[in-house]
Amino acid sequence: MSQIFRRSTNTISKVSIFGAIFLVAGGLYGLSVVNRSGYVTQANVAREQPVPFSHKHHAGELGIDCRYCHTSVEESASANIPATQICMNCHKEIWTDSPTLEPVRASYRSGEPIEWIKVHDLPDFVYFNHSIHVNKGVGCVTCHGRVDEMNLVHQEASLHMEWCLDCHRNPEKYVRPRETVFDLAWSAHDQETLGAILVEEYDIESRDDCSTCHR
Amino acid sequence: MFYLPPVIEPMQRSDANQSSEVNFDTLRAKLRAGGAEFWRSLENLADTAEFRRFVEAEFPSEAPRLLSAPDRRHFLKLMGASIALAGAAGCTRQPEEKLYPYAEQPEQIVAGKPLFYATAMPLSGVSTGLVVESHMGRPTKIEGNKQHPGSLGATDVFAQASILGLYDPDRSSTVRNAGAIRPWSAFVDWIEPRLQELDALGGKGLRILTGRVTSPTLGAQMKGLLEKLPNARWHQYEAISRDQARLASRLAFGREFDTRYHFENADVVLSLDGDFLSEGAGAVRYARDFASRRSADGERPMNRLYVVEPSPTNTGAMADHRLPVGGAEVEEVALAIAAELGLEARAPVGVEDHLPWIRAVARDLSKHQGSCVVVAGERQSAATQLLAHALNEKLGNVGSTVEYTEPVAVEPSLDVGSLQDLSDAMDRGEVKMLVILGANPVFDAPFDLEFEERMKRVPTRVHLGLHLDETAVLCQWHIPEAHFLEAWGDGRAFDGTASISQPLIAPLYDGKSALEMVALLGGNLEPNGYEILRDYWRQHLPQPFEDAWRRAIHDGVVAGTAFPPAVPNWSATLASVLPPRAADAAGIEVVFRSDPSVYDGRFANSGWLQELPRPLTRLTWENAIWVSPLDAEDLGVSSGDVLRVELEGRSVELPAWIVPGQAQGVVTLHLGYGRRRGGYVQDGTGVDVYPIRSSEGMWHAGGASLTRTGAVATLACTQDHHSMEGRDLVRVANVGDGHAHAGGHADDSHAEEEGGHGGGHPDTSLFPDVEYDGYAWGMTIDLNSCTGCNACVIACQSENNIPVVGKDQVAAGREMHWIRVDRYFSGDLDTPEIHHQPVPCMHCERAPCELVCPVNATVHSDEGLNDMVYNRCVGTRYCSNNCPYKVRRFNFFLYNDEEADIVKMAANPDVTIRSRGVMEKCTYCVQRISRTRIEAKKDGRRIRDGEIVTACQSVCPTEAIRFGDVNDPASQVSLAKASARNYSLLHELGTKPRTTYLSAMRNPNPEIEGV
Repeated sequence: MSQIFRRSTNTISKVSIFGAIFLVAGGLYGLSVVNRSGYVTQANVAREQPVPFSHKHHAGELGIDCRYCHTSVEESASANIPATQICMNCHKEIWTDSPTLEPVRASYRSGEPIEWIKVHDLPDFVYFNHSIHVNKGVGCVTCHGRVDEMNLVHQEASLHMEWCLDCHRNPEKYVRPRETVFDLAWSAHDQETLGAILVEEYDIESRDDCSTCHR
Repeated sequence: MFYLPPVIEPMQRSDANQSSEVNFDTLRAKLRAGGAEFWRSLENLADTAEFRRFVEAEFPSEAPRLLSAPDRRHFLKLMGASIALAGAAGCTRQPEEKLYPYAEQPEQIVAGKPLFYATAMPLSGVSTGLVVESHMGRPTKIEGNKQHPGSLGATDVFAQASILGLYDPDRSSTVRNAGAIRPWSAFVDWIEPRLQELDALGGKGLRILTGRVTSPTLGAQMKGLLEKLPNARWHQYEAISRDQARLASRLAFGREFDTRYHFENADVVLSLDGDFLSEGAGAVRYARDFASRRSADGERPMNRLYVVEPSPTNTGAMADHRLPVGGAEVEEVALAIAAELGLEARAPVGVEDHLPWIRAVARDLSKHQGSCVVVAGERQSAATQLLAHALNEKLGNVGSTVEYTEPVAVEPSLDVGSLQDLSDAMDRGEVKMLVILGANPVFDAPFDLEFEERMKRVPTRVHLGLHLDETAVLCQWHIPEAHFLEAWGDGRAFDGTASISQPLIAPLYDGKSALEMVALLGGNLEPNGYEILRDYWRQHLPQPFEDAWRRAIHDGVVAGTAFPPAVPNWSATLASVLPPRAADAAGIEVVFRSDPSVYDGRFANSGWLQELPRPLTRLTWENAIWVSPLDAEDLGVSSGDVLRVELEGRSVELPAWIVPGQAQGVVTLHLGYGRRRGGYVQDGTGVDVYPIRSSEGMWHAGGASLTRTGAVATLACTQDHHSMEGRDLVRVANVGDGHAHAGGHADDSHAEEEGGHGGGHPDTSLFPDVEYDGYAWGMTIDLNSCTGCNACVIACQSENNIPVVGKDQVAAGREMHWIRVDRYFSGDLDTPEIHHQPVPCMHCERAPCELVCPVNATVHSDEGLNDMVYNRCVGTRYCSNNCPYKVRRFNFFLYNDEEADIVKMAANPDVTIRSRGVMEKCTYCVQRISRTRIEAKKDGRRIRDGEIVTACQSVCPTEAIRFGDVNDPASQVSLAKASARNYSLLHELGTKPRTTYLSAMRNPNPEIEGV
C-alpha cells in the first residue's frame, strides 16, 4: 500500500504549524491596522454637508477667527455650532442671492435648524470638554488639523483613545502658548523645550484616569 | 443571546400552609436571649431556611446559569465565539450623526452648559422652592432653593420625582370632548355662550372644585370671579386633609390659625402621631431644624424625641422613646399627659399600662418649659390637636418653639365639609356646571359622599388635569393641565412666604394652568398665565415694579412675605371646647395614611416613586396592610397572605405585611394605590383603599374585622436584598455612655476580636499604600441625622439616569438604585428601635471589586474614586460578587431603551446611558466633580471645600451626607471623619472605605429605660 501522504507533507505540516503563529499574529496585526485605518476612523473623509461651507475660504482666506462662530469654545464643553443667525450676520449683505446659500436663508426664514453632518464624532460614552483644552494651551490645529486649508472639513486625527492618551501622557509634545491657540499656522521652533516650560507655567495636570472622560 | 434565569425564585411563598416558618415565640425568645442585635426583617431574625437560601445565593439576581450544564466542548465553542465577536465589535464604524444648531441662538444658552432657574412646586397648596437644572431648554434635575424657607436647598421625594412627572408619557395630551380629540378653540367656542348664560344668572349653578389653594393670584382671581358671579360657589378638597387641625384651631381660638414649630429651639419634642419629619407642610424645613439639635457634639444639648403613634413613621424611627398605641388612643395618651401637667380636661381612659411612660414624659416636659414642643399630627382628632395647643400654652412654648400665623391657605374651609356641600348640591340638582381644576374626587373622595354617582347627574362637567384620570373620563370636557414646570404660577410656603414659579419649558401638550382656566370662566377668552400673574403682583410688589418682579422671579421667593407671628387668644377653657370622645368600637382599628411614594394617588404613575422602597417596609410597587406581630400571631398570618378588611359593611382585600412596632389591634392602610385610570405605569399597582374611607373616619376608624382569604400575594420587597449578612453595620450609642463603642476607636478592638479577614490587622495588606497628593474625595453619612426619607435615592436616580426595572425585576433583586437605604430593627419585636442606613458605593481604597475584573473596567483613580468604565465592562459580574457592601448593580436587560421617547428628555446629558450587560454603581457624581474641577482649573485655583455637592448630599433635608477632600484637614468631611463617632462599614475586611458613617446617638430618658 502506498503512502497516503507524500514526504513533502512533513515539511508542509511543520511549516504550517510554525507559520500559524505568524498567520494569527499577522491577522491580529491586520485587524489593528484596519481598526486604525481611515475606513474605520473616518479620518480624512470629507463629509458632504447641506451647504458646502468652506473653512478654507472663511477661516483661511478671510481670516475670520474660530471664535466668531464657535462662540463657547473657551467656556463650555461644546465649542458650539453657529446658529443660522451668525451666518446671516454677513450673508444678509453679501451673496444674498447665491443658490448654494438657500438652505441658510431657508433656515433663517423658518427657524428650522440646518442639519449639518457631524464630522468629529466621539462615542457617546466619551465626555470631551473644549474649554479646558483651549485654556491650557491645546491649539485647535492639534486635534482638528489645518481646518483653514480644508474646503470641506474632514477629521484629521483618528480620535482613538490611544491618540488622546498620547497627549494626556505627554502634554509637552503638544501644548502651545495660549495666545497661539487659535492660530492654526503657528508652530514652535523647539516644541520639546517650550512644551516643558508651558506645562510648568500653565500648571497642566493632564489626567489619564478613566473617569476623566468616561462617566 | 442567552436567557439567564435567576438560580432561585424571588422571595415568595408558594403555598399558604408553609406560613409558620416565622415562629413568633421563637423570635421573642431569641430576642430576649440577646440573639441578634440588629435585624433587617422577620425572616432575617428567624434565620429561616428561605432567608439563608436567598442570601447564600450570594447575589440571587446575579447567579445566572446557562440553559444546559456547560461541558468542555460547549465552553470552548462559546469562548471561541466570544473572542471572535470581541474582535469584530472593535471594528464597527460610528453611524453618521447630525448636528442641529439653533437658527436663532437664545441669549443665555451656552451649548453644553446647564442653566439653573428658580421655581416652586405646589403640593396640597403648599409651595416648596426649587432650583431646576435646564440643559438647552430641557429641565433635567430638581434641586432645592437655598433661599426658600421651606427648602433651604433640600427637597423631598415628590419634588425630585416631579421631573419624571413632567415627562410622564401617560400625561393627557389633548382637549377631549366626550372622549373625542378636539382643539382648544372648540372648547372656547363651546363655553362662550354658556358663560354668557351664567353671567345673566349671576353664576347660579356654577361650581368650581379645586385642591387647596395658597396661590395669592389664583385666590384673587377666584374672589374676583365670585364677585362677578355671586351665585357661583368655590369648593376645595384635599384627600390628605388638614380638617382636624382647622377644627381644633377654630375651637381654641375662634378662627383658623396655622401652627409653626421651631424645632431648633426645642430640647424635648413630644409628637402625638405627628410625622413632622416627612409629612405635611414644612417637613423638609422641620427635618433640618430638628437635625440641628440632634447632635451630641454641638454647643446645645441634644434634643429628646418622644413619639406616640399607631404605626411606625420616619419620625417614630428617630424617637428616643416610642409608644405604639391605636390611632384613637393617642388622644387618651394626650389627655393623660395633660392631666399630669395639671390641665383640666377629660379623664383619660385605657392608658393605665402606659402611665409610667406618660408620667416620665410629663416630668421631662415640665422640666423644659419654654424649650419643649408638643406636635399633634394633622391626622389626629381635633381633640388631640386641641390638647397639643393647650399643652404648648401651659408649658410656655408659644413664642419660643411654637408660633401661630394667619392661615397660609387663601380661603380656609374644611375639605370634607366643602366637598360634602358640593355633593349635596349635586344631589339636589342645583349644580348645572361643575368645573374641576386639578382635583380627582371620583378617586379620592370619601365613599359616603357618593361623589361619582352624584357627579354624573350634573349636566355639564369640565375637568382640568394632568391625566385622563377617573374624574376626567366622567366629564364631557377634559382639558390637559400644564405641569408646574410648564406654567406660570405662585404659591405660599408653610410660613407664608410667597414664591413665583416660572415655567422651565413651554407646555409640551398645550396644557392650561388653573390661572388660565379661571380667567376663561371670568370671560377672558384668550387667557395668558404670565399676564394674569404679572397683573396681580404689579399691585403687590414694591416700586419700581420691574426690578422687584425680576428679583422675585430670580430668587424664587418674594422677600418679606413670611407671615408674622399672630397671638391668638383662647376663646374658652380647654374643658369647655374639648370635643367628646368618639364612640368606642370593638374590633380592629383601621388607620389611613398618605403614601410616602404616591401621596394621595396623584404620583401613582411615576416609575421612580413606585419603585422606591417605602421607608419602613421596603416594599415597592404596591401597598399592603400593616399588621402588628401580635395580631399576625393571633390571626396566623404571614407577610403576603391576602386579608379582607371589613369596615361598616364595605371591604377591601390586600396582602398583609407584618410590621414590627405596629400597635396591637391596629392595621394601617396607605392611600393612593389601585388607580383605575390615567396611566400605564400605575396599572395593577396595589389596592385602592378609598372605598372604605368615610368622611367620619378619614384617618382612623374602629370596628373593622380581618379575615384571611386564603390567597397569597407576591410582594416586591427589597429589605433582604443586598444583605451584608448581619455584620456590625449600624452603630448606636446613648448620650452619656461615651463614644467608646460607637466610634472609630472601636474599629481596632473590634477588628482584633474578629481577627480581621486574614488573621492580621485589617490595615495590613500585601498591596502598597497609594499616595494621593492631589484631591482625595471622601464622604460621611451621619446616621444620627438620617431620617430615612429616601430623597437621596430619587435624587441619585434623577442625576445618574438610573432606570426603572418594574415589579418583577425588583422581586428578583434587580433594582438599580445606586444608593439604598437599609432599615434595621433592634430590641423588642413589638416596640423595636428602628434605624436607617443609606448605603452607596464605599469607594474603598483597597477595593475588592477592582482585583477581580478581568478587563480592568473598574479601576482606581488618582483621587481615590473607584471608577466604573461602562464601555470596558463585559458583564462578568465578578466585581459585584466580590463586593462586600453589595452596592453594584447590573443591567440584566436594556432597561433604559424600553422607555418612551418623551422620558428620554429627563436624562442627564452628562452621564452615560448604560446598556444591557453593563455593571454600574455610585460614582460620587463624578460628572459634578469633573465640571467643578474644570472650572477651578480654568480659574487657576484649587477646588473649594463644599464646591462639589453630590446629588444625594444636596437633596438631604438634614445635611446627613458630607462630601469633600479628605486630604484637606479643614474640610467639612475631614472634620466629620475626625469625630469619635466615625466608623467604617466592615472595617475588619481591610477595604478602607472612603465613605464612612457617623454612628447614631440616642438620648433616652433614664426614667423610662426599663419601664
